[in-house]
Amino acid sequence: MAKGSVQIVVERCKACGFCVEFCPTHVLALSSAFNAKGYHTPYMSHPEKCSGCDLCGMYCPDFAIFGFKEPAPAKEAEPLTKGEKDGNSAQDGVLAPGATEVLKEAQDAR
Amino acid sequence: MAETLVVPQNPVEQFLRMDRIPHIWCPGCGIGTSVNSFAHALIEAKVDLKNLAIVSGIGCTGRVAGYVNLDSFHTTHGRAIPFATGLKLANPKLNVVVYSGDGDLFAIGGNHLIHAARRNVDLKVVCINNLIYAMTGGQTAPTTPGSVVTSTNPYGTYDPAFNLPYLVEAAGAVYVARWTAFHVKQLARSMQEMFAKKGFSFIEVLSPCPTLYQRRNKMGDGLDTMKFYKQVSKVRNGAPTSEVGLTKSGEIVVGKFVDRERHDYGFLMHDTLAGALGDDYAETECCSCQ
Amino acid sequence: MHADPAGVLTGTHFLDGDHACCEGALAAGARFSSGYPITPSTEVVERFASRIPTVGGTFIQMEDELAASITLQGAVWAGAKAFTVTSGPGFSLMMEHIGYAAMTETPCVFVDVQRGGPSTGLPTLPAQADMMQVRWGSHGDYAVIALCPNSPQECFDLTITAFNMAEKYRCPVFVMLDEVVGHMTEKVVIPAAEEIEIQPRRYTKLPPKEFLAYKPDETLVPDMPPVGEGYNVHVTGLTHDERGYPDMRPGVQDKLVKRLVEKITKNVDDIVLYEQDQIEGADVVVVSYGITSRVAQRAIEMARNKGIKVGKFRLITAWPFPERQIAEIAAKTKALVVPELNLGQMVREVERAAAGKCAVRLVSHAGGSVHKPEDILQVIEEVTRG
Repeated sequence: MAKGSVQIVVERCKACGFCVEFCPTHVLALSSAFNAKGYHTPYMSHPEKCSGCDLCGMYCPDFAIFGFKEPAPAKEAEPLTKGEKDGNSAQDGVLAPGATEVLKEAQDAR
Repeated sequence: MAETLVVPQNPVEQFLRMDRIPHIWCPGCGIGTSVNSFAHALIEAKVDLKNLAIVSGIGCTGRVAGYVNLDSFHTTHGRAIPFATGLKLANPKLNVVVYSGDGDLFAIGGNHLIHAARRNVDLKVVCINNLIYAMTGGQTAPTTPGSVVTSTNPYGTYDPAFNLPYLVEAAGAVYVARWTAFHVKQLARSMQEMFAKKGFSFIEVLSPCPTLYQRRNKMGDGLDTMKFYKQVSKVRNGAPTSEVGLTKSGEIVVGKFVDRERHDYGFLMHDTLAGALGDDYAETECCSCQ
Repeated sequence: MHADPAGVLTGTHFLDGDHACCEGALAAGARFSSGYPITPSTEVVERFASRIPTVGGTFIQMEDELAASITLQGAVWAGAKAFTVTSGPGFSLMMEHIGYAAMTETPCVFVDVQRGGPSTGLPTLPAQADMMQVRWGSHGDYAVIALCPNSPQECFDLTITAFNMAEKYRCPVFVMLDEVVGHMTEKVVIPAAEEIEIQPRRYTKLPPKEFLAYKPDETLVPDMPPVGEGYNVHVTGLTHDERGYPDMRPGVQDKLVKRLVEKITKNVDDIVLYEQDQIEGADVVVVSYGITSRVAQRAIEMARNKGIKVGKFRLITAWPFPERQIAEIAAKTKALVVPELNLGQMVREVERAAAGKCAVRLVSHAGGSVHKPEDILQVIEEVTRG
């Protein structure tokens, strides 16, 4: 059981590669799928190695990924309500298998 | 009972104006990365966010003010520091951060920077140094090392570059550090220290500019630059700032270089006026009107 | 509301315009100034530096006018009423930040003690040659308010008016002295604090969640958010929407910039101040402002003694220009004579407002001294003869 996991906001990612490169346990890889802007977004290729350190989150210039220590519940996370304010929402089938994807509400979720 | 999914929130998002995300910065730009460190520093230092004000100038880094969910001021080119000085002196309860770029702070803003450091105005200055004027298309900055190609030096730069930590220390800053966008944890720690420091504090953060500086000089993309930072950076806390100048591809000395004590400007002013006027001195907590 | 007694030097004084202006600022509630020395304005901030520590507030001499003109705006947002003073060359340096104050709707006061120009010009001698610059000096479309005192007493009174108008209309307001008004010493009566009306800062009463920083009220002016109270204000010089967020779309630019101008032009009747005398039946009306109006007064008296029917119109507000008043006068008289210490600046506005209904004659003077009354009298006689 992994000590941590990540949340990825796929539509924000610009595939800079920082998270993939600097994850200390090499959890992430860029997937062959891509988001609406055409960027190959990361996914957890080795989720069992995730410690939830959130270095990926600290590196991400686009606030598109972050790590957390409590693992998510056993079942696959389902997308929350609607897509982001920019109107882009991930299409089914565009995401690589194993990607944990959260379509966040804007600030008023707080 | 159905199991509800509790989705944790990125701790950085509470500091962002989420209705303005996605931001305008390029893929592989380090400004957003530095904002993560800033957010984490705010959390760790338990900074009172109501009393935190952030002031930016003009440029890519200048856009930070627009994305953070604090009292934020996007001012004119080069003049974030005097604006911040006015904010701080008129309401000393405010914790004032200046978050701007190398061109904004050291070219057009250079004079204001050295005077604020001289005075030791209690400001926290974060300078994202991408070695170029990025927003306007990649012109030479006073930090651009030689010899590289920029849009205003198409045949190669020949201007000698500033050594920012050296300059700022000489002007009078009480806290001087340099990190790169690669050093996310150390940068957050430095920012945390800076919040607790009284006086003119300065952190230089080297950042990739993949679209302009790196691309024109065939230095790869943002990730290549981050790997370069990792490879050539040497942590030398306390290194003499005269020795930390940068070259195009040479060693990058990072660390905390200066951490000293000097009375800040507010103290000097109050001390002198109280001494001269005694009971006639109308010391105020802030200069506000009703 | 009434002035804070701490800043009011009640009594009868013998002060020059610069010093009276400083007292006006203090009486108006100014508690912050950032300045830079420049003749003939420096005495205003020198006095402020001396007075403010016992009143309660801050003065800082900045490293240049670029800094001075923006530091005061930081202080305004921190909650203070703030101002700076300068003259020609410094005024030119301040232009970018005047535009910033207009765009961000920062209430503040700039005092320009005009001197001979252009460039270094005549640092110790008068002119009135910044009158167009005060209106149009910064780039882009915006509107300002400019007041022209003609005595040390008016330097006191109009500086208070300037602060009040700045708070009411959330724009930069200018007090346009000249070196003679600034350095002439006359009786200045400063009343009791309870007799001085002050416009407080129009802070919003809405809570942060409901408040939109740049949503105007029916006077086209938005209420101001306090800083340091969780409103998470965003202030930018970029074209912005009602939240204050940058927005580049053409409709937004149109809406914002038109409002910045219209909040002044639509409120012109509230803003415009002037003094007029014997306009009815006048064959010629002398239109003047500042120190020139003192000389013009003498010329008018000399002309009236010669039996000429001369009216007087003195601009106290130069901007927004009193178009309606000048248009009405132009329709009723044969000529407008406009003496000013420049080669023709406000005369252009007079011509525009007169719209050809009567002759308009400039009595120019390149600056360095004031007109002789005879110079103005001569033109009055010429236009009535013709």
